Amino acid sequence: MNLVTNNKWIGQRTIRPDGMDKVTGRAQFAADTTMPGMIWGKILRSPHPHARIRSIDTSKAEKLPGVKAVVTSKDIVDFPIEKGAVMLGIQDMRWMCRNVMARDKALFPGHPVAAVAATTEAIAAEACNLIEIDYEVLPWSIEIDDAIKSDAPVLHEFNKFDGKPSNIVGRLEHKKGDIAEGFKKADIVIERTFTTRPVHQGYIEPHACLISVAPDGKTTIWSSSQGQFMVRAMTSMLSGIPQSDIRAIPAEIGGGFGGKTIVYLEPLATLLAKKSGRPVKMVMTREEVMRATGPTSGSKSTVKIGATRDGKIVAAHGTFYLQAGAFPGSPIRGAAGCSFTPYDIPNLLSEGYDVCSNRSKVAAYRAPGAPIGAYAVECVMDEVAERLKMDPLDFRLKNAAKQGTKAAHGPVFPRIGYIETVEAAKASPHYAAPLGDGHGKLRGRGVASGFWFNAGGESSAQVNITEDGNVVVTTGHPDIGGSRAGIANICAELLGIDYRRVSVIIGDTQTVGFSNLTGGSRVLFASSMVVTQSTEKIIQTLRERAAKIWEIDPEAVKWENGAAHPVSPNAGQFEPLTLEQLAEKAPAMGGPIGAGVQLNTQGADGGFGTHICDVEVDVDLGIARVIRYTAVQDVGRAIHPGYVEGQLQGGVAQGIGWALNEEYIYTKEGKVDNPGFLDYRMPVCSDLPMIDCIMVEIPNPKHPQGVKGVGEVPLVPVMAAVANAIYNALGKRFYALPMSPPKVLEKLESADAAGCGVEA
Amino acid sequence: MTELRYLAPGTLDEAVGAFAAAGSAARILAGGTDLLVQMRSGILKPGVIVDIKKIPEMTAIEETADGGFRIGAAVSGMALAEHKNFGKVWPGVLEAVNLIGSKQVQGRASAGGNLCNGSPAGDSVPAMVAAGAIVTVQGPDGRREMKVEDVPAGPGRTNFKPGEILVSFTLPPRPPGSSDAYLRMIPRTEMDIAVVGCGVSLTMKDGTVTSARVGLGAVAPTVLLVEDAAKALIGSRLDDAALAKAASACSAACRPIDDKRGTIAYRTKVAGVLLKRTAAIAAKRATGK
Repeated sequence: MNLVTNNKWIGQRTIRPDGMDKVTGRAQFAADTTMPGMIWGKILRSPHPHARIRSIDTSKAEKLPGVKAVVTSKDIVDFPIEKGAVMLGIQDMRWMCRNVMARDKALFPGHPVAAVAATTEAIAAEACNLIEIDYEVLPWSIEIDDAIKSDAPVLHEFNKFDGKPSNIVGRLEHKKGDIAEGFKKADIVIERTFTTRPVHQGYIEPHACLISVAPDGKTTIWSSSQGQFMVRAMTSMLSGIPQSDIRAIPAEIGGGFGGKTIVYLEPLATLLAKKSGRPVKMVMTREEVMRATGPTSGSKSTVKIGATRDGKIVAAHGTFYLQAGAFPGSPIRGAAGCSFTPYDIPNLLSEGYDVCSNRSKVAAYRAPGAPIGAYAVECVMDEVAERLKMDPLDFRLKNAAKQGTKAAHGPVFPRIGYIETVEAAKASPHYAAPLGDGHGKLRGRGVASGFWFNAGGESSAQVNITEDGNVVVTTGHPDIGGSRAGIANICAELLGIDYRRVSVIIGDTQTVGFSNLTGGSRVLFASSMVVTQSTEKIIQTLRERAAKIWEIDPEAVKWENGAAHPVSPNAGQFEPLTLEQLAEKAPAMGGPIGAGVQLNTQGADGGFGTHICDVEVDVDLGIARVIRYTAVQDVGRAIHPGYVEGQLQGGVAQGIGWALNEEYIYTKEGKVDNPGFLDYRMPVCSDLPMIDCIMVEIPNPKHPQGVKGVGEVPLVPVMAAVANAIYNALGKRFYALPMSPPKVLEKLESADAAGCGVEA
Repeated sequence: MTELRYLAPGTLDEAVGAFAAAGSAARILAGGTDLLVQMRSGILKPGVIVDIKKIPEMTAIEETADGGFRIGAAVSGMALAEHKNFGKVWPGVLEAVNLIGSKQVQGRASAGGNLCNGSPAGDSVPAMVAAGAIVTVQGPDGRREMKVEDVPAGPGRTNFKPGEILVSFTLPPRPPGSSDAYLRMIPRTEMDIAVVGCGVSLTMKDGTVTSARVGLGAVAPTVLLVEDAAKALIGSRLDDAALAKAASACSAACRPIDDKRGTIAYRTKVAGVLLKRTAAIAAKRATGK
């Protein structure tokens, strides 16, 4: 291990490199790009939740003056279902090709059925209206309970569950010990059922791209995504253009949160550009984003936890049904795999069921599945602690996973920081503070914990010394959480120079080596590994060149404070050679100085967090507001503490929205009734208190700077922390999200105190 | 592609002439914070837009000789907030107007547009109803006056005759001991649309309510003047029994719908809760306590 100590830049709140461009409006987002001769693409979408497409007649649209190209599913490379899965990352291209454009069936309102490119947006929209589609409208279902009924309309007839066509398209389980035996030992058993609604990632920037296909097939894509290489690969697979001919240029990204880890527009714009010979721009409206891009799953979970009288959990059983939307692939792995992971439970069964229904296909959302599972588990944990008359944090400490604990999803934990997060929460000023007077409103406090896997994977970097002795680092990951700032800190630290001399950019697919998606909280972990190794190679070169000049052994040269220094026995004999001086001499000494490293990085450790939430409830209006919040997290090493806190605060803000107001509301016709930010209520700044952060730093021993992913954990505990706080305020438990004002008031006015749970 | 004509006449007569001549294809533009949004989302495709902001009367705030106010239909929320006296006399109307949209929107949005948009959830309307505002409209047949509560005809519709343009609101002079207040229920703290809105205007003498008006929004197809609630308050010292009676009158007046913003049960209950809270604020302002 190679931890740098006495850091100058690591751990500093350096000025973010993208900040100036963003606050002055200079940052180039995908929708800002234009090209000479550019035309506009629009998508015709299904109005039906479920319909067989008998025929599509595009002839009238094609004849409209100004229309340059029309595409339908016939133009898109098919991945036949019967030929089996073709995986790209976690996505099966059989579903991806059908999601970007409906083939035989439209599976949700908003499902693309055709696309048009025309000289103006208005003509393209008019042309869409001229496309005639003969639909055979089919029965549909959206909610899990409806979709898993034996007589439910089945979306994918080929799929069988228990030998019958079914909308249950996947199941996984994690098992440890024997739960039947375990529950026998329990003095207290609590079982509850919870539901959550689909919620959207809520990135402010709608999906957008501009694509040019030259007559020789050379294709250039400017788009907003969490992975230019994912964009290139998926576009290649769906258009038939080889990857070597597609240059995917990542635009500055206006939010992703997982939702930009798949493509929607790029394959269609590529095919329209190829057909028309003109660059094609496509920008979704907010309504299209809400109707047709991935919210995360709605869910139905049942969690049963058994504990002995002295507070030891002896068995737990979780069953998590998650909506996948139109195609298989809901995040059951996160729900079933993460929810019980903070605890050392000898007998555990955690099951996930992937359920298709007639709504848009889910896309990843910050720790996909884990917040849904943790909501159920952490609320039951709260109830068990209450029954045991234990402090909820003490109850968690008593059952905490630690080094050596075997997690049900596989690993035996190395040194982890879960216990430290609970201890820090207990010791926090927040946990000790009285709730205070609500002046007629009821106040309460709740806690919850959470876990996320974190990831490593492929990353590439190139570090070059410029002729004037400064540094340019190119990596391959769109920066959605501060990776450029973090990498600048690390590179400057290693080279011993001011961080402002290090410029970090995101390369396009043809100028930097393959780098996997920005996702799984992996980017700073993985890219700082390849940047560190590249920088170390450069330092080796610099030492060798200084040694050559001084005619001494390279081993007798050290690199310090941005310069080569002779060490004993030559110490003091030569003036140090700075990076600038060595850069100047580079042409005469073997050429430019630079190094690149490509790795499939390993050693990402999971992350744990523990949160404390205070709420205040206006019982006459049913409005619950979060008035104080503290997020404690094991962050490994905070390379840029400002960004780490930003990640924690951002995750909490999203979780509060999920807990209190956000939800997809459907009409009786199966359409989303609130496809905009007015009625899809994400929190605004004034809805939230300043969110306090406590960063616990247990460095990851397998990483050169001790980095652990931090971006996803902070969403995991939030909904449970809010729910537990509301219970503490009102004495009534909620088993469904969101806890919006009409639902809170309804609950307050009902006689039912416990909700829908079943107690043993 | 359809053509769009933009007109910005300098006089009301010109505006009325152009608006009436264009018929149903025309729309009036004041702040544009509803109109432009509806056009961009494809809900509306007007052929003619008549911008009324160049007409002096439309953007003027005038203190009338008897101590009332006349507010031009296109006066923005921010201009009204910056007026040195208006907010002192009509704090409830002002706070309602200033709840329309965000700070940025306030620089454009007007109470006139809010009324003409015809939304039952418009924030300024219940406060104007409570204030007893009279509107002046001008059309091809000349000028007339209407009570503000008579303007809305249903969601998105008004009782204006073809070609009529809203010119101004007139708010009556205030006897001593008068004030008003507006509260709305929204799930968030700002940037939201009222699930229920309540305006209360009171005059008090020696702790007793001598006159009252109550306006309720978002609980029926139009904003309501709730006379039974006002009756319950008049003559009372705003004791619990009177407030409960007025709250019940508000709940009874509700004819809401279940929709994505709230349920019938929720809106009905909240109408009463807001009445009590709004009346308390108005009373505090009226009595200076």
